[in-house]
Amino acid sequence: MFRPIKGGGASIWLSPDETTLLRALVAPVVELLNDPARPAPSANTAAESADLADAAESADLFDDLEKMFNETAAEPPKTPADPVLARLLPDAYQDDPDAAGEFRKYTESSLREAKKYFAQTLLETLPPEGGRVKLNADQARDWLRALNDVRLMFGVRLEVTEDFEDQLAALDPNDPRFAAFEVYGWLGTLQESLVWAIAR
Amino acid sequence: MSVAPAEVDLPWSAEEITPDKPWLTIVWNDPVNLMSYVTYVFEHVFGYPRRKAEKLMLDVHHKGKAVVASGTREAMERNVEVLHGYGLWATVKQDV
Repeated sequence: MFRPIKGGGASIWLSPDETTLLRALVAPVVELLNDPARPAPSANTAAESADLADAAESADLFDDLEKMFNETAAEPPKTPADPVLARLLPDAYQDDPDAAGEFRKYTESSLREAKKYFAQTLLETLPPEGGRVKLNADQARDWLRALNDVRLMFGVRLEVTEDFEDQLAALDPNDPRFAAFEVYGWLGTLQESLVWAIAR
Repeated sequence: MSVAPAEVDLPWSAEEITPDKPWLTIVWNDPVNLMSYVTYVFEHVFGYPRRKAEKLMLDVHHKGKAVVASGTREAMERNVEVLHGYGLWATVKQDV
């Protein structure tokens, strides 16, 4: 498990299996955070705008206004349908869908990028074949957040409750979710050790 | 001849009607986030001393939610954005 090192970072020795496992766990989070639905400015709108501009000089004004209107009137992104993504990118306003949509419109894509960055730090600092991982303070903080996102993914998919230990104990070892529950438990221990290593 | 629209969007929002009510950052309980991690996040994000961060974490845990900061709407939205980066379930709300 993680130990503190000088300068506020942390280090850990990971077996080849643990390294492989971590890679495999972070990958689906990054996959989820990639945003295929994000609409790029449509080619049609651009073509129409170009026609307008050709028609007359004054059309520039209409063009600008149209653009402004399109930007402000664009449907704000909705709460993600995937429950994991909805947990990773939650609504910022609970009983106000309009305010939540506005907030999402201006922050969701940067939050997705930030979370992918944390995951990337984790992947880049993992030794290819297992071994010692040495993290400086910034990398350790990225790891904390990346591990947390992976745990949130598991938590939602497995419908984990606060009585996780009881859930695991009650589970039949032949249950297909058994291994996932064990991995989730391991991730919790790993994250806990990292918190203690850097939160002094 | 045109007919006046039945409804007019009033040029103010609830926020301007009650200007003195502060905005709040609320953190909600979650079965996944570790207690030690949530404490760490409160210390690190808000600069709260350990004791205050722990108290807030326990409030979230036992009461289901806690107000962790108050101030302008913009500042609370920034808090929530940072907390979402840490995976905490946080929302903004105007005090009532």
